[in-house]
Amino acid sequence: MSLLSLAYSPWPIAHSLDMEFTDAQIQRYSRHMILPEVGGKGQKKLSRAKVLVIGAGGLGSPSALYLAAAGVGTLGLVDGDVVDLSNLQRQILHTTADVGVPKVESGQRMLAALNPEITIKSYQDNITSDNIMRFLPDYDIVLDGSDNFSTRFLVNDACFFARKTLISGSIFRFEGQLTTIKPHEGYPCYRCLYPEPPPAGLVPNCQEAGVLGVLAGTIGVLQANEAIKEILGFGETLADRLLIYDALEMKFRKVTRPKDPACPLCGSHPTITDLSGNYSVSCSI
Amino acid sequence: MIKVRIPTPLRPLTRGQGEVETKGGSVAEMIDHLEGMHPGLKARLCDEKGELRRFVNVYVNEEDIRFLKGKDTVLKDGDEVSIVPAIAGG
Repeated sequence: MSLLSLAYSPWPIAHSLDMEFTDAQIQRYSRHMILPEVGGKGQKKLSRAKVLVIGAGGLGSPSALYLAAAGVGTLGLVDGDVVDLSNLQRQILHTTADVGVPKVESGQRMLAALNPEITIKSYQDNITSDNIMRFLPDYDIVLDGSDNFSTRFLVNDACFFARKTLISGSIFRFEGQLTTIKPHEGYPCYRCLYPEPPPAGLVPNCQEAGVLGVLAGTIGVLQANEAIKEILGFGETLADRLLIYDALEMKFRKVTRPKDPACPLCGSHPTITDLSGNYSVSCSI
Repeated sequence: MIKVRIPTPLRPLTRGQGEVETKGGSVAEMIDHLEGMHPGLKARLCDEKGELRRFVNVYVNEEDIRFLKGKDTVLKDGDEVSIVPAIAGG
């Protein structure tokens, strides 16, 4: 559909003009703005939103691309790795020419090429308990696309203390999981779902396990979907559900995710009160 | 009959099957029954004391058994059990 044809829409472009969009922005976001659920107001909310994407890998690539395309005004990208040839089977932020380049550098370049209207901040760092609280204040929503339990438990705990909404996606072989974590609104945290990570050595590590490349796309895009829903405040939240996806059987299932009164982080008698605990578990699945 | 959904990480133990069938009884009995059919499965689900590992959830239909009666949760004909381990790949 051309932009001209939008003139026949029941939600005319003029509706958005008082939102101080440029002509190019109106054209770029027109398919959003004609959605009555989004409109100019929603697009403005997106442009004011600040989302931190942890991991510029399999999940972070598709989620960051769609958030950038959607016009999320500020996108942060954290990753300490450089692009490896074995990443390119699923990490679509990077190209063959980027092998050896820091992922946040190639990621930032790709996102800026897609949408130069937004601000992209990159941090070439591995997330640690020493640095994570420095990143969070600048963002409203965090997407976890990290590749190990250590980071996942750390991100959960840090987002709890910083009262940030966390969209958690994870993948393994042919299976994906997705949930929204916002205990500051009374919902359960990640530790309510899985109290402890697996001990080192019990399960295969990331490199041995393998993952269907397109699975990263499926779950990463769904993370972006849930982030946009949180920003725009519509749809059903995944904050009390866990979505489980089986790529082989092409089945999506949702199970309940209750708040655990005995949760060591968000329960009534917490034992985790800061980030000083031991987060160093192996990269296991 | 009760259907048990096996997550992809554990399918090497069920000869690739994503779904197996089991008898009624409690979740603990179901795990023992599964172990009889697919040796090695119990060790992936339970620790040395026989307790469910804290990074593996078992759901009866949509409900997490930790918030029901744990391993004593009774299964009835037609229930669907899902084994869902934490995964961390990204």
